[in-house]
Amino acid sequence: MAKFRGAIVVDIEHCKGCNLCVVACPAKVLDLHHDVNGKGYHYCYMKNPEACIGCASCGLVCPDSVITVYKAEIK
Amino acid sequence: MELTDIIKEENLVLKKSGLLTDNVMHYCPGCTHGVVHKLIAEVIEELGIQDQTIGVSPVGCSVFAYNYIDIDWAEAAHGRAPAVATAINRLHPEKYVFTYQGDGDLASIGCAEIMHACNRGENIVVIFINNAIYGMTGGQMAPTTLLGQVTATTPYGRDAKLNGFPMKITELLAQLDGTCYVTRQSADTPAAVRKTKNAIKKAFQNTRLQKGVSFVEVVGTCNSGWKMTPVDANKWMRDNMFAKYPLGDMKDI
Repeated sequence: MAKFRGAIVVDIEHCKGCNLCVVACPAKVLDLHHDVNGKGYHYCYMKNPEACIGCASCGLVCPDSVITVYKAEIK
Repeated sequence: MELTDIIKEENLVLKKSGLLTDNVMHYCPGCTHGVVHKLIAEVIEELGIQDQTIGVSPVGCSVFAYNYIDIDWAEAAHGRAPAVATAINRLHPEKYVFTYQGDGDLASIGCAEIMHACNRGENIVVIFINNAIYGMTGGQMAPTTLLGQVTATTPYGRDAKLNGFPMKITELLAQLDGTCYVTRQSADTPAAVRKTKNAIKKAFQNTRLQKGVSFVEVVGTCNSGWKMTPVDANKWMRDNMFAKYPLGDMKDI
């Protein structure tokens, strides 16, 4: 089991649903939401939050800097 | 472990750079410009040179770059960003001056300016985004368009007999004595983004060493112009563009 758990917070209204974070995620945590934001984009969300390891790959490739990444050690 | 236990200030790994403004970027979803803007903002923030950096924005999609990064900017006429940066650098030699240009701006109309700025060895940083197309005006052929690539003005693909060959401008500039650091990077994967950030950081640090032009090309995508999804555009770039535009440092002295 992973020693770290991660979590992301998405700035939903600024997400453009480009899907790059979903592809970049090595733990297959992310997906685009069925719902849309105010601009009509399917924003990204944590579909499988238990698998997140806090590697920040999603945040690195995000063109609009909408992803904030947190990572905590499992005690 | 609940999400609320993880999402705390002390567990923060990555957040939006403080230098990026709250303006929503006008770029299409998945555009490489957004990633490179973010990297420039992060580098300037990490080096602590926000009040000493002057950017020169081009004409093209990134014409509004001054709306997104909270530093001083000048706007140049089409292709003339290296000339404007030369003036700024000579008047303020203690500042960090960089230009941010696309391939239509730098390789086509601004070809003479970039050649001579690099040949003079001006002490500036040039960020060159190469997406092989004119993005803003509707996806016309650029000098960097690949052979066979379909664009708005080459609907049957670029033909060497009619349209000439793709221009490897970064290789040309590496030949000039005025450049000190010439590199080509991409921004499609997390690893590539980290490498590009290191290259941009090195380019800005070179400004203090007074060695000449630091030139960072970033091979990017234009998913709207290429008529693809952002993910497919990244794949197309890896499959087609990297063969013509291989990544790596061409010069580092």
